[in-house]
Amino acid sequence: MTLTVFWIFGVMAIASALLCITRRNPVSSALWLVVTLFALAAMFVLLDAQFIAALQVLVYAGAIMVLFLFVIMLLNLGRPGPTDIKGPAGVAIAAVLAGLLMFQLRVLGSAPPPDAIQLPAGTLAELQTRQGMVGAVANPLFDAYLIPFELASLLLLAAIVGAVVLAKRKL
Amino acid sequence: MLLSPALAISAVLFTLGVAGVLLRRNAIVIFMCVELMLNAVNLTFVALAQRLGIGGQIFVLFVMAVAAAEAGVGLAIILAVFRHKQSVSLQNMNLLKD
Repeated sequence: MTLTVFWIFGVMAIASALLCITRRNPVSSALWLVVTLFALAAMFVLLDAQFIAALQVLVYAGAIMVLFLFVIMLLNLGRPGPTDIKGPAGVAIAAVLAGLLMFQLRVLGSAPPPDAIQLPAGTLAELQTRQGMVGAVANPLFDAYLIPFELASLLLLAAIVGAVVLAKRKL
Repeated sequence: MLLSPALAISAVLFTLGVAGVLLRRNAIVIFMCVELMLNAVNLTFVALAQRLGIGGQIFVLFVMAVAAAEAGVGLAIILAVFRHKQSVSLQNMNLLKD
């Protein structure tokens, strides 16, 4: 049952990603990407990552995609015009390279992680019932991963300053 | 149980993202394809976190922070380029080529 639902959302994600890269209008591309992000959030729930799924909807489908749509509409790119998809040669090159990459990824993905480093089944679910959905992520985040967390905040600060400097008309 | 379908779907999504980057000329659509690739990797992280520990889910948070920073700065660069060239097509961004 879970597997069927997982595949339904997986096919939904793949189909809307395909529509996202083939739509001529950037606005419809962005909206199909939102569908992909929602399907991914549903898959995160099925993979025992409810908190990450909530963040996916809030941060990706909410904040980042609104930023994209805002810029598309600010630049008035939604009007019909000549297509930006490359010609037959470009499509052929893209298909060959993507096919090669797909083959490599499938070879990598067919080797499961060794049993020695795998936790026993149900460890994550047990941790989540003990510490709560948010606590299971938050405790290591503010403990073992504290320095990367602070560095991420520094990165976001640099990005804010950089975005203001770049987008400002005159300094 | 869900690991191998998750890895398969993630591989397809990543490949679609790469194909989109190779196929399109619109800089904003290329940025969206990069976001698609980041999300495919996030799916791998979450799927493996089920059996290899919570660290994978924490890494997804960092990927989201990097993606937000990238989107903010990248779109600001696109705005600045649009102001000069009146276009976001990568064909017109050839200052370093000539």
